Amino acid sequence: MSANDTIDQNRRDFLYIATGMAGAVGAAAVAWPFIDQMRPDASTLAASSIEVDVASVTPGMSLTVKWRGKPVFIRNRTPEEIKAAQDVPLAELKDPVARNANLANDAEATDIDRSAGEGKENWLVMVGVCTHLGCVPLGQQGDFGGWFCPCHGSHYDTAGRIRRGPAPENLPVPAFQFISDTKIRIG
Amino acid sequence: MSGGHSTYTPTTGFGKWFDARMPLPRLIHDSFVSYPVPRNLNYAYTFGGILSIMLVAQILTGVVLAMHYAADTTLAFGSVEKIMRDVNSGWLLRYLHSNGASMFFIAVYIHIFRGLYYGSYKAPRELLWILGCIIYLLMMATGFMGYVLPWGQMSGWGATVITGFFTAIPLVGTWIQELLLGGFSVDNPTLNRFFALHYLLPFMIAGVVVLHVWALHVVGQTNPTGIEVKSKTDTVAFTPYATLKDAFAMILFLAFFAYFVFYIPNYLGHPDNYTQFDSLKTPAHIVPEWYFLPFYAILRAITFNIGPIDSKLGGVLAMFGAIAVLFVVPWLDTSKVKSARYRPSYRVFYWLFAINAIFLGWLGSKPAEGWYIPAMQISTLYYFAFFLVVMPVLGLIETPRKTPNSITEAVLEKNRGGSGHLAGATAVPETKG
Amino acid sequence: MKKILACLVAAGLFALAGAGIAFAQEEAAHEAEPTHFPIHKPKQEDWSFAGPFGKYDKGQLQRGLKVYKEVCAACHSMNLVPFRTLGELGYSDAQVKAFAAEYTVQDGPNADGEMFERPGIPSDYFPSPFPNKEAAAAANGGAVPPDFSLIAKARGVERGFPTFVFDIFTQYAENGPDYIHSLLTGYDEQPPAGMEIAEGTHYNPYFIAGKSLAMAKPLSDDQVTYDDGSPQTVDQYARDVTAFLMWAAEPHLETRKQTGFGVMVFLVLFAGLVYLTKRKVWADIPH
Repeated sequence: MSANDTIDQNRRDFLYIATGMAGAVGAAAVAWPFIDQMRPDASTLAASSIEVDVASVTPGMSLTVKWRGKPVFIRNRTPEEIKAAQDVPLAELKDPVARNANLANDAEATDIDRSAGEGKENWLVMVGVCTHLGCVPLGQQGDFGGWFCPCHGSHYDTAGRIRRGPAPENLPVPAFQFISDTKIRIG
Repeated sequence: MSGGHSTYTPTTGFGKWFDARMPLPRLIHDSFVSYPVPRNLNYAYTFGGILSIMLVAQILTGVVLAMHYAADTTLAFGSVEKIMRDVNSGWLLRYLHSNGASMFFIAVYIHIFRGLYYGSYKAPRELLWILGCIIYLLMMATGFMGYVLPWGQMSGWGATVITGFFTAIPLVGTWIQELLLGGFSVDNPTLNRFFALHYLLPFMIAGVVVLHVWALHVVGQTNPTGIEVKSKTDTVAFTPYATLKDAFAMILFLAFFAYFVFYIPNYLGHPDNYTQFDSLKTPAHIVPEWYFLPFYAILRAITFNIGPIDSKLGGVLAMFGAIAVLFVVPWLDTSKVKSARYRPSYRVFYWLFAINAIFLGWLGSKPAEGWYIPAMQISTLYYFAFFLVVMPVLGLIETPRKTPNSITEAVLEKNRGGSGHLAGATAVPETKG
Repeated sequence: MKKILACLVAAGLFALAGAGIAFAQEEAAHEAEPTHFPIHKPKQEDWSFAGPFGKYDKGQLQRGLKVYKEVCAACHSMNLVPFRTLGELGYSDAQVKAFAAEYTVQDGPNADGEMFERPGIPSDYFPSPFPNKEAAAAANGGAVPPDFSLIAKARGVERGFPTFVFDIFTQYAENGPDYIHSLLTGYDEQPPAGMEIAEGTHYNPYFIAGKSLAMAKPLSDDQVTYDDGSPQTVDQYARDVTAFLMWAAEPHLETRKQTGFGVMVFLVLFAGLVYLTKRKVWADIPH
């Protein structure tokens, strides 16, 4: 094989590789819109923040609102419920993490960290979807006076923390804030 | 499939194991790698490959659009706009799909006209041609029903007019129209069934395409000389020769497609389809999609009664006849020579036919008034005369030019003078696996 | 054979010329009572969003929104355009929110089962000024004012041969905007003597579906106050609101054209590579 042949061979290989690479890049670029279209669209994202008026929710009352297609429980807890939740030692909890989107990921599941915070301890806002397999728990039922999921028997306490049953985590607290004394924005 | 015995030899243990149980790689190798194609195919022969990727593109974009589309008269228009505005990349997918339909038809028309030019329908390829005609019919049905789905003014009124064709049939016409519509007018049942069928038909097209390719691989490609393959030197292996040539043509076609999608996406559409369908208000001037326009002109050319046939039925018969005549083309052409390259008179009539077809398309977009009507009639007359008079008669009276003895001879003749190339001719057989 | 071809071509040209003359005569005959509309073709304008690198002029869109809100919105809804998208016009989230809150939107039912009205929020759509189609027709002499979400794509005057062929190469896609602008600025022309204009309609030679339309001249000089010093003329108003309507109809136009440029460059380069590969592979095979 002469030197010329080798050069020609190299040039040919380079051309083949470059063409193949360009084809691969093109195929990947074409694939993207087909995957991209599956993500939540602009109208879905826009509706993912809601404002709720809680003026009429007195202590001992609950309100269920729909957010991102899921129920959100908003409960104005009675002093007894708060007390019961505060009295539980952290060591007894099945899931010691607060699961509160407004706090750090490793915040402890104390009653104050589960609630709306200082001065708003009576307010509990959480996504009403059982962390086991997604059923909606029933309010003020179960062994701990909190929530009870009838599907597979998970018991949550008055701070929405998992205490017994197959569910692995506390009911999640969504990102929310009080924009006035009587209005909550979720999301 | 053709070529008799298979040249596939699995080299790995797994390859042998697989081949003994399900020889799929063998089928692919024999059909798309070692399959011999004439060496002298020009770029007009790349449109089969282009059509297959267009079919795949339409199915893929269609399936993802169906994830967002709602086939309900109250929701359809809004759901399409939601795709255009809110869905991520939705505008791109929707424009790809709507323009893709047009590109599909552009490609199929070039493919058909290539067949007519090189006599690709002649024995032994009659079945291949008829399968192609069936694909074309299915494409028209799919395209028409797809155009109804956005539920714009042209969607609804186009559906009204096209299903109205069937009312021209004596006695059972109205019954058939109501059967198609699922009611007395274009409404929710119509939209629902059109969506279901629009989703189904492309897969039926894919099925017929498999038959089309199968039939092709049994008899082999024609080529610009119209002479059948006689020896191994007449052909090259499908891969890499034809695949690379096809790939190059596909990319050019995709660039053409992309130009429309990104820069003039509504050029081939109609503004009225951006207004929601109103069953009480017809647009001033209804036109079908551009790819139906020649047939629409033929429909409207029949403005007179022919004996017992009134003009309405006459128009519908002429229009369906214009498609039906394609099916019998293999038996209408009496010429012994396949390719128009060696038929100078046929060539003239052929190009006149092509210009006439485009002219008919333009007329189809015009209102049926003034001088357009006689023009439609003359053009329609030539359309039918080409198939029913020129093809049979010309084959008998024309003196074709002398055809070469073989493809190889024709190629060498063409390349005479370009000395460097000739030496390579002997290398051809080696490239065949 | 050449002779036959030449004869055919000559015959064809002759027929075309004849047709052209017939056509011109027809046009002339209908001067006073036209049968084809619009009477005048739309004037072709320069738009910032035209062409392969077209972009919306945000200042113009904001002015257009103002014209729409203060003038058009009295009759025309825009029920496919949500307030949240106004961010694309260069407004901040707070501004969009404040803008939405200026509208009243019907919502409900509330806990008592009643529908109620509340200020708009960004995820709401531009509401219709009329409760339903019948009310809209009744308030406007029987003619329902069309929704404006897609109006810039839903109107367009046919370009005719051979212009429509050139349009592919010039990327002319502004039929809608040109039509709207011409219509809005076309009210001042007087109908030719002898032309009858139906009662309650207004002559406009640019109207696509007749010689006159139900909508009276909507814009006049100094009607809307611009804060940026742009001229407060009918022409400028028409231009701005047209651009805004084009944005409303095709909000992703800029992304589309920008993506398109990348795609075209890639395809041309890729085509070049594949062509070179193909030529290399075929180098030894005469064909």
